[in-house]
Amino acid sequence: MSLTYLHYEVLRTFRSRALLFSLGFPLVLFLVVASTNRHATLEGVSFPLYYMAGMASWGAMLGIISAGSRISVERQQGWTRQLRLTPLSPRAYLLAKVVCGYLTALLTMVVLFVAGTVLGVRLGVREWAVMVGLALVGLVPFGLFGVMVGHLLKPDSLGPAVGGLSALFALFGGAWGPIATHGTLLDLVRDIPSYWLVQSGTVAYGGGGWPLRGWVVVGIWSLAAARLAFVAYRRDTARVV
Amino acid sequence: MSIPALADSGLVLRDLAKSYGPVAAVRGIDLTIAPGETVALLGPNGAGKSTTIDMILGLAPPDAGSVTLFGSTPARAVADGRVGGMLQTGQLISELSVRELVAMVAALYPRALPVDEVLAVTGAERFAAQRTTKLSGGQSQRTRFAMALVANPDLLVLDEPTAALDVEGRHDFWASMSEVARQGKTILFATHYLEEADSYADRIVLMARGRVVADGAATDIKSRVGGKTIRATLPGVDLDALRSLAGVTGALRRGEAVTLACSDGDAALRSLLGTYPAARDLEVRGAGLEEAFLELVTEDEDEETAP
Repeated sequence: MSLTYLHYEVLRTFRSRALLFSLGFPLVLFLVVASTNRHATLEGVSFPLYYMAGMASWGAMLGIISAGSRISVERQQGWTRQLRLTPLSPRAYLLAKVVCGYLTALLTMVVLFVAGTVLGVRLGVREWAVMVGLALVGLVPFGLFGVMVGHLLKPDSLGPAVGGLSALFALFGGAWGPIATHGTLLDLVRDIPSYWLVQSGTVAYGGGGWPLRGWVVVGIWSLAAARLAFVAYRRDTARVV
Repeated sequence: MSIPALADSGLVLRDLAKSYGPVAAVRGIDLTIAPGETVALLGPNGAGKSTTIDMILGLAPPDAGSVTLFGSTPARAVADGRVGGMLQTGQLISELSVRELVAMVAALYPRALPVDEVLAVTGAERFAAQRTTKLSGGQSQRTRFAMALVANPDLLVLDEPTAALDVEGRHDFWASMSEVARQGKTILFATHYLEEADSYADRIVLMARGRVVADGAATDIKSRVGGKTIRATLPGVDLDALRSLAGVTGALRRGEAVTLACSDGDAALRSLLGTYPAARDLEVRGAGLEEAFLELVTEDEDEETAP
């Protein structure tokens, strides 16, 4: 794949209005809620730090899913068909979409971290790095969900589907506050990939990163999402092999 | 393992067929287009032009038969960047200017032309800085043409390239197109405008109901229908009686007017006036491409409906 092509894909992503929302919502929510609870603590952690980690996870998830879901719009516009007349391979097309998704997610996290710093969050370089590193791994299944949604849905149902999907994952993953602290429910949510995405923030308040279970859960969801995305891609392009 | 004879020929279709459910869209097409030829695929809507083009471009797999582009498969030729296509459907993607979009497409091809050159040739220069979402119909069509051209392909395939254009836009389009044809590219364009096929193609392939019904230079096709057409106002006349007149091969009615297709115009006119002195508003015309078109397409229909 040519870098020039990727350059224009990235340019399109950053000019897109969707970015405004996937970046804007978590940022505004964070600023409003965290600034009014600036000196509160939650589970022994300063509220802005806790909330920053949650909002960054949700925003990154929302960003990476919506970047992939743009495939749906390009299918409807006939653009993917036009691309089939070019030497660009489907693999390169999908790769560019995933790269754009990751850049969106990274930008969202950086913006949230800057906002957190403004509200007094202070972390060491190692904490920032581990937090971002784990989040990038934790985003894999969501990047693939984006590709899947892009091939399964029509553009007019994208908004509710992407918003709803990421809201459910955010809610049960604890991005908006812990949904469970003990018992069966906690055990259940620990099998959801967004739980571990949110938990990538725990290194910031003294956690050591993911235990084995985190890696296994994210790994299994990634494989399942890859399979689903592939099936959706096949189904979608079967007509025009 | 290249076969020189095949590699030399530009585009070869062999017994190509495709159905969509019960509808046979293309029913056995054989066609060879040499490099450098400009060929019009002419036919009414539903003749199978777009389906044929989709198969040539590798967008739809044929049910039977084969497509060979420069000695290889369509997929291979597309992957090598030897094919440029302008499809009938499809919008331009948003968030880019015209120049950026053309540059993005150019980046995908190994032998792309300079973007500015292509923008100039296609007349897209004037609005190159505009976003793709702010273009008029004619401007987006030029942009699409620029996208096909920047690939610098050996074969350029255009499906109804002027369908969205007004008369002036059409004229401008063909002016830039002739420029491209002079560079020796192989060009195949589908159209249902006879005049376009007549004026801009070296050769016309006439399609009707999924088949090729005529193939040759515009003059050849005209000469295959040597006769004249007579129009007259003649209310209430029996069409079969008209068809039995000397020199008449066919008759059609439109309101009070009748149109006669004639193998011998002079004889037909004499016998018409001899038998029907009431005939008025007489008009005799030499058969143009339009008459040839109607006759050839109708011939095929007759053959189809014959028991």
